[in-house]
Amino acid sequence: MGTTLAEKLWESHLVRKGTDGAPDLLYIDLHMVHEVTSPQAFDGLRLAGRQVRRPELTIATEDHNTPTLDIDKPIADLTSRTQIDTLRNNAKEFGVRIHSLGDADQGVVHVVGPQLGLTMPGMTVVCGDSHTSTHGAFGALAFGIGTSEVEHVLATQTLPLAPFKTMAINVDGQLPPGTTAKDVILAVIAKIGTGGGQGYVLEYRGDAIRALSMEARMTVCNMSIEAGARAGLIAPDETTFEYVKGRPHAPEGQDWDDAVAYWKTLVTDADATFDTEVHLNAAELEPFVTWGTNPGQGLPLSASVPDPESFADADEREAAANALKYMGLTPGTPFREVAVDTVFLGSCTNGRIEDLRAAAEIIQGRQKAPNTRMLVVPGSARVRLQAEAEGLDKVFIEFGAEWRNAGCSMCLGMNPDQLAPQERSASTSNRNFEGRQGKGGRTHLVSPLVAAATAVRGTLSSPADLPDAPALLA
Amino acid sequence: MEKFTTHTGIGVPLRRSNVDTDQIIPAVYLKRVTRTGFEDALFAAWRGDPTFILNQDDYKQGSVLVAGPDFGTGSSREHAVWALKDYGFKVVIASRFADIFRGNSGKQGLLAAEVEQSDVELLWKALEAEPGKHLTVSLEDRTVTCGDITVSFHVDDYVRWRLMEGLDDIGLTLAHEGDITEFEKTRAAWRPKTLPAKTEPKQKVEAARPAQ
Ligand code: SF4
Repeated sequence: MGTTLAEKLWESHLVRKGTDGAPDLLYIDLHMVHEVTSPQAFDGLRLAGRQVRRPELTIATEDHNTPTLDIDKPIADLTSRTQIDTLRNNAKEFGVRIHSLGDADQGVVHVVGPQLGLTMPGMTVVCGDSHTSTHGAFGALAFGIGTSEVEHVLATQTLPLAPFKTMAINVDGQLPPGTTAKDVILAVIAKIGTGGGQGYVLEYRGDAIRALSMEARMTVCNMSIEAGARAGLIAPDETTFEYVKGRPHAPEGQDWDDAVAYWKTLVTDADATFDTEVHLNAAELEPFVTWGTNPGQGLPLSASVPDPESFADADEREAAANALKYMGLTPGTPFREVAVDTVFLGSCTNGRIEDLRAAAEIIQGRQKAPNTRMLVVPGSARVRLQAEAEGLDKVFIEFGAEWRNAGCSMCLGMNPDQLAPQERSASTSNRNFEGRQGKGGRTHLVSPLVAAATAVRGTLSSPADLPDAPALLA
Repeated sequence: MEKFTTHTGIGVPLRRSNVDTDQIIPAVYLKRVTRTGFEDALFAAWRGDPTFILNQDDYKQGSVLVAGPDFGTGSSREHAVWALKDYGFKVVIASRFADIFRGNSGKQGLLAAEVEQSDVELLWKALEAEPGKHLTVSLEDRTVTCGDITVSFHVDDYVRWRLMEGLDDIGLTLAHEGDITEFEKTRAAWRPKTLPAKTEPKQKVEAARPAQ
């Protein structure tokens, strides 16, 4: 019987098979490090007198705490400054490459790795951050780890891991215009639930997935963790190879040919079976929006705020009632009438150049709604530079948006970019948890297209709601 | 990690159930960047109360915590284990532990010993009757002895073996360093390295300024 892609990746990194109840030992090809989850790991190494085994498979950047304004001045928040200084010192002491604030390659780890060509098919990628699942878009086994595990990888370049189950998410057919990768993944999570992926590696398959660009695939895999999954995967194909080719760390010459020949074998065999399969029809999807306080609480934008009484399950009913209370929403209100204070365009889910281009195309030549502010935070400094080279910064600024420096920013509000209590956002990020974007803040997760249209109208909207809807929707 | 075969030390009866990790170490202490020095953070909120058990002279030097069921629930913070260890605890005894806490303890060499609730009650009584009394925990025999009481405890076989060998996850993995080195020899040339660093041409990044 054949094997799935996830199993192939596991097998090809097996250093040692566990016996007598011990986990398997897997080799790690790329370890990314940031300031929040690494200080204790480096401290642990120091305490034990250990070194970083393979500094040349490790890369660090600053993202969670970094400000998006005045980055040439000392960081005002002392805790943030200490964490960043600690990372810089650790990188220096242990010989780890680092891209610091102000460097063209600084940015959210999950944007930086692919952009440098460090993320490739057939790899294992880890980072002390749950959204490491992003890199699965390349056909790599990529997952978030805890601080002890960060230390373990630094010291040994391996991880002891227990086996997983496999789930196929088949998205067949063609996405309607204006419906994006973000809407696909929000629909998937709404379908299987925030715990539906627990213990599984998800493989996204089907025509609609194959048709996605590399950046859109990253958006899908990024949010696998929001379904509780260990990782998300998409088999590599020409789209993947095209994206990797020519990037700074991409293989060249014979290495490139060898790599591509190998990458082409990275598919789930026709006769392999998954532990679970899920089907979605792409043609039936539409722009999605979350209404609650977990990413599974989402509905099409054309719908209305649900009535908690409509949930058959008692737990879901209670969760919905609590969520609506926190979110300040009344059942039956059409989503399109919900007024939004802040639009956040950015994060490792939707802070890449294609996301900025898509949003810019919608707002070009328009003015933002008077009572809505819009924050545009590129996923990396390189994305920002690219956008500036294309003149997108001007489009955003003329529209009335704020054009910021790169980082996690309002995705989690560890820096000054936070929502005020009860402030409502339409955000292209990945978590709508209570207080995630600032204490008491209310988050609606949306695609970049919906974010842009919302900034124009001031209420949750899709581009189709705009006068002279842009050509992409025709 | 030190090898753990038996440990003898002062038992601390903590008559509370559902001691969550926020109680073990409040969130404000998570901003620290070090791995050690969390002893002051352990049960920080409770220690403000002079009657709290660790504020009593007889128990201050305690190293075996005997707690109520569902110890270590809530957030996954590893800091909870670091704080217990930094304070000087070697063993936590309870009838039920939260999964993540149990996992984190095993990684850090803190023994989470599962004892029947009726036996926990026996130990509590004995420790309260004679404050400062010593307990002996034998990992070899899986028993806890307090005076003339001996009760048995449960611990995962694999974790027990690791603790007895004094192997933390890293030590354990490094015991197979030969396998890792062999594996590394087979890695294809195309697999990327971060060093020497390659990037697109360096460019200046302008600092954004606050909007007026
Ligand atoms: S952008 Fe948000 S989700 Fe992504 S790494 Fe940063 S904080 Fe985490």
